[in-house]
Amino acid sequence: MTQLFSRPSSLKDVQTHFCPGCHHGSIHSLVARAMDSFGIAGETIGCASVGCSVFLYNYFHIDVVESPHGRAPAVATGVKRARPDRIVFSYQGDGDLAAIGTSEIIHAANRGEMITVIFVNNTTYGMTGGQMAPTTMPGQKTTTSPNGRNVVNDGKPFRMAELLSNLDGVAYSARIAVNSPKNIIQAKKAIKTAFQYQVEKKGFAFIEALAACPTNWGMNPLVANERVGNEMIPYFPLGVFKNNDNL
Amino acid sequence: MPYIIIDEERCKGCGLCTVACPKKLVSLNDQPNALGYTVAVFNNQENCTGCCFCAEICPDVAITVFKEDLR
Amino acid sequence: MNSLKKKFVKGNEAVAMAAIEAGLRCYFGYPITPQSDIPEYLSRELPKTGGTFIQAESEIASINMVLGASATGVRTMTSSSGPGISLKQEGISYMAGSELPCVIVDIMRSGPGLGGIDASQADYHQATKGGGHGGYRIIVLAPNSVQEMYDLTMLAFDLSDLYRIPAMVLADSVLGQMKESITPNPYIAIPLPSKGWAVRGTGGGKQNIVKSLYLGDGEMEAFHWKMHARYKELAEKESRWEEYETSDADLVIAAFGVTSRIARTAVEMARAEGIKVGLFRPITLFPFPEKGIASLSSRCKRWLTVELSTGQMVDDVRLSVARDAEVSFYGRPPGMGSLPTPEELFNQIKKQIL
Repeated sequence: MTQLFSRPSSLKDVQTHFCPGCHHGSIHSLVARAMDSFGIAGETIGCASVGCSVFLYNYFHIDVVESPHGRAPAVATGVKRARPDRIVFSYQGDGDLAAIGTSEIIHAANRGEMITVIFVNNTTYGMTGGQMAPTTMPGQKTTTSPNGRNVVNDGKPFRMAELLSNLDGVAYSARIAVNSPKNIIQAKKAIKTAFQYQVEKKGFAFIEALAACPTNWGMNPLVANERVGNEMIPYFPLGVFKNNDNL
Repeated sequence: MPYIIIDEERCKGCGLCTVACPKKLVSLNDQPNALGYTVAVFNNQENCTGCCFCAEICPDVAITVFKEDLR
Repeated sequence: MNSLKKKFVKGNEAVAMAAIEAGLRCYFGYPITPQSDIPEYLSRELPKTGGTFIQAESEIASINMVLGASATGVRTMTSSSGPGISLKQEGISYMAGSELPCVIVDIMRSGPGLGGIDASQADYHQATKGGGHGGYRIIVLAPNSVQEMYDLTMLAFDLSDLYRIPAMVLADSVLGQMKESITPNPYIAIPLPSKGWAVRGTGGGKQNIVKSLYLGDGEMEAFHWKMHARYKELAEKESRWEEYETSDADLVIAAFGVTSRIARTAVEMARAEGIKVGLFRPITLFPFPEKGIASLSSRCKRWLTVELSTGQMVDDVRLSVARDAEVSFYGRPPGMGSLPTPEELFNQIKKQIL
């Protein structure tokens, strides 16, 4: 008997706090699988952020430092500069990375910090109750945009993967989704590549993962999953925007 | 012959596996588990190809896929 | 290691020299007057020792880089002044909540807002009462000479590691910018607990978590009581102060930092005229030397607190003196032209005594 699919060993065998259909779990799983493929969990330090992603330490068999809201790239910079031989990644949501932490992510990227950043874009502030995020879609209703995001008032959603790919310090930037088996295969490859850049000391790598937040979108998990494909991917196209070394 | 095992205590009944399976071999039960979720169940093992799509998409890593080796 | 030959340096340079001598591995900062000599010196000298210097994009980023480096167990520091220290409060609160050691140097300038670059002591409350959210304290050391800028910076690293509380060296633009001759004493390591809590990768073993989030029943309250006990231990073991001419004093001046230097000259002027005045100078502002003041005020009942503000440390002096002691205050709020002269303080002494 052969196991064709089993839990990644870097992932703890515990129930998560994530809501049914939340894509955080899928993204966690792919990050763990990437760590497994390089055998680096024991030398990896995760920088948790604020939001639903804060409990990194409950789900991964790795050392974790908690970061203030938006500051994970600065914290990761401190960790990596102090311990350059370790693998360091941050795991951040869209409010965290693209609103309050915009300065930290852009400068860490521009310095070409030898870290990996996993950015989960679910178009909303999940933990705080579904408020408008910098990635909220035009017209999308949230608890702070009850009539839908008005682009005249609030501007349009950030496309972080493209934005960061324009910086010389960025070695790899890709956007992935985990809403279908096909996209998961691409996502798995991209996340592995993002860690490979660090393992091979080739530079700053950025992954933007599109994710469903069924609870705050007011949708059942299947409808929320469909929204990723129908609404998000047309605005946030999947793909690799920078791949300096063609890894 | 491939087959899957669903951890009923981990499954949150989101149903993503039911649409990921190209053969539609997974469906949601109407009986809730201990946490109150109507969990996924595996039907019709004969047609499973071992593609792992159901396991790959499961956000709770509640599905393990096996293959019985041919002797 | 520094040679023991005397050196004529700025206060800010003395801080940077001492930090390297004490084993600083990572410095993260941002330019702001009047502390910029510290990052300038360290950008030049720290890399020579194999250490890391980064000029961050902001004071917010720099304190969070300090958080990250500290979490891995290395000696790390940042420095700033007024507006920059305000920006760092978020990170300081997180570090206090995560029990992370670090050294923060605050070369006070006047405020609020952009204020000015003159010497100030108006950030005493911000430094000693927990400048960020959540109800915490940090160790605060107040040098009054360039030599002490050097010595107390080294002490700050030790105390911070010993108690797992961020430590601040609280000086001002006069102390940071003036030059004095100092002896660059070698760092003598004291026994410190190992940093078994640091995140360095599990190596397949025990997982370490550095965090300030406590959601479990009773966890947050337990954290606060634990830190409360640690603050009490600090007060018992680490309170430091200096007394000058206090043994027969009818009046004691309480002053720290640059003000204590002016007050000392005023005390000398008073003594020359036979007026019995002494000086009590807190060196640790947190823990505040309550016992020293309580003890001295059991004999000497008249106190005059002098500060470069409208009165902040005076609150702590009033809380520390014996119940029948009288505490008056003389302050000059910070700003161009407001630094008091020794004659001015001598006149205040005469007002109190005569």
